[in-house]
Amino acid sequence: MHTLISQFWQLTFSGAVQGFIYILISLGYTMVYGVLRMINFANSEIFMVGTFATIVVSRDILGHQPNSGDLHGFTLIYSMLFCLIASMLASGITAVIVELVAYRRLRSRGTNRLAPLISAIGMSIVLSESVSLLTAGRATIAPEMLHKSSLFTVLGANIRVDQLLVFIVAPIMFFGLQRFVNHTRLGKGIRAVSMNEETAKLMGVNLNRVISITFLIGGLMTGAAAFFFETVYEATKFNIGFNIGIAAFTAAVLGGIGNIRGAFVGGLTLGLLETYASAVLGSQWKAITVFVVLVLVLLVRPNGLFGEAIQQSRV
Amino acid sequence: MSTKNSLRNFNIRDKGAAIWSGWNRFQRTSFGIAMILLAGALPFAGNYSFSNFLNTPISNFADVLVYPVGMFVLMSLGLNIVVGKSGMLDLGYVAFFAIGAYTMAICGKWTDLNTWEILPLGIAFAMIAGVLLGIPTLRLRGDYLAIVTMGFGEIVRITALNTQKIGGPNGMANVPNPPSIHTPVGVLDFNIMTPNSFYWFVLILILLTIWMIRRLSVRRPGRAWEAIRQDEDAAELMGVPTLKYKIWSFTLGAGVGGAAGVVYASKTLYVSPDAFTFNISVLILSCVVFGGIGNIWGVVLGGVFLAYLPERIRFISNARQLVFGLTLVIIMNFRPDGILPRKKREKLHAPAAESGAK
Repeated sequence: MHTLISQFWQLTFSGAVQGFIYILISLGYTMVYGVLRMINFANSEIFMVGTFATIVVSRDILGHQPNSGDLHGFTLIYSMLFCLIASMLASGITAVIVELVAYRRLRSRGTNRLAPLISAIGMSIVLSESVSLLTAGRATIAPEMLHKSSLFTVLGANIRVDQLLVFIVAPIMFFGLQRFVNHTRLGKGIRAVSMNEETAKLMGVNLNRVISITFLIGGLMTGAAAFFFETVYEATKFNIGFNIGIAAFTAAVLGGIGNIRGAFVGGLTLGLLETYASAVLGSQWKAITVFVVLVLVLLVRPNGLFGEAIQQSRV
Repeated sequence: MSTKNSLRNFNIRDKGAAIWSGWNRFQRTSFGIAMILLAGALPFAGNYSFSNFLNTPISNFADVLVYPVGMFVLMSLGLNIVVGKSGMLDLGYVAFFAIGAYTMAICGKWTDLNTWEILPLGIAFAMIAGVLLGIPTLRLRGDYLAIVTMGFGEIVRITALNTQKIGGPNGMANVPNPPSIHTPVGVLDFNIMTPNSFYWFVLILILLTIWMIRRLSVRRPGRAWEAIRQDEDAAELMGVPTLKYKIWSFTLGAGVGGAAGVVYASKTLYVSPDAFTFNISVLILSCVVFGGIGNIWGVVLGGVFLAYLPERIRFISNARQLVFGLTLVIIMNFRPDGILPRKKREKLHAPAAESGAK
């Protein structure tokens, strides 16, 4: 308890950073759930692919090494941009492939709801095991691009430059996505499908295209989260997606799965709660605290804090 | 195209049911006994040249039959009560398995009780956990229930991991084996050298579970579950006490998981939190859906196949999980209702419930 009070602002800041990463990943769950009413089980592996894409690009294409020192100036900016785009694309394309392989055929045949879930589980095993074979199951260290120096201190909290980057860029991406869903033609299509698939089809929405694009956008956001994760933690492994995927899914449910604004609130709440809980109870209990809070929230509000459905994201 | 379609619509279950309904009581009984004897003789299959293709490389065939095959079939049957019969998605089934296993380990080490006395205890604890979890959470529906049960599974595992008194991350070693049973034909020993006795014991548990499910299916609880699965609101309106029967289904499923846990702990003599990860829940659920959700024989087949496959292909040790994943994707794409789907009749009557909230 003492740690919580004495380092409150420090914890709040790192919790928020963690929360922003969760928000971006949980968009991969929540968008797909909004249009398909199905859990995108492979999203944790889509995240994992993004982390590896970041490392492969910075290490093998740009030639940075874990010990080659920090980057500065122009090199730093273009390296980071390049990695971010690569990570987003890799995750986005993986997500589209997952939709094609695991969902499309089953969806068009209108089967029971569990069959796509199992085939998505199958896809996620395939993805993580392929990467495990390629990396021999070992952890991979990312080259340090951004020196983790503390920039300034606010209310006793050290603001680190990598965390500040997440703190600024992640919300921008989130609000960009929200604008896209609310103000573009494609976004309108996505909202229409999430409201009523049949009617949307009758109104001339190309269902397959909208669903592919939803997966793509979810993947792009998850990929961005993967890049941010690598900037802060600088290591990955074939099974890294598992725990963070569960956390992000919990965040999506906490806010009301299928609801974009809910993902924001859910992710932020979860990130903060996790950080506070590990300060008070010790980090080994943080997962339990999160689940207990989730259960309590669901008991009071069975549809999450903000209720279901993407269409409600219009403010 | 036509061959593809006929393959898609080919339903072994209906063919089997047609043959079965043509039989008289004597034929049915003798077929049942023959199948049970065949299942009982399975551990010896590895010894004969005509059946040794079944043998698993690296691990002992009879051991594989107990864990994972027997355990997975037992747990799949238990989970099938929850997911298949009453249509609730449970992603934390491993919690009940863990509770059973830890009951065995704690009571076996700290008290004088033997496995046969702990078995009902383990079942009871798992069922109590099922009720305690069920009362608050079964008001939730669909995917919210899924995440809460998943959370429960993780809570149980993390609690075991962080409680030093029951070994923490190291788990508990030296769990006692079950005592020998004296039968008229000889003594049935239970130790590391006799996987066959464990297999027969699991087989008996599986048969009991199948018997229980079949009895319940045609009685009030079974009908209530069926109504809840097809349309929960309609069932409630027709006067089915849905919450009560959902809790019952959850609790019975939990009890079966607890029984599996007790046997597991006294077979492997060692329990640790690593054995009760979320992956096991997913695997069991895969067994249920893969084999044919809601259909007992499909679930048994799914459990046997998915537990046996990774052991059988251990020679490609590194890629076996990959092959496992591919198998899941391919089979679900071509047979989305599982290998042995449930009766077509039920589906014709409930197209809306089957396609879910889509």
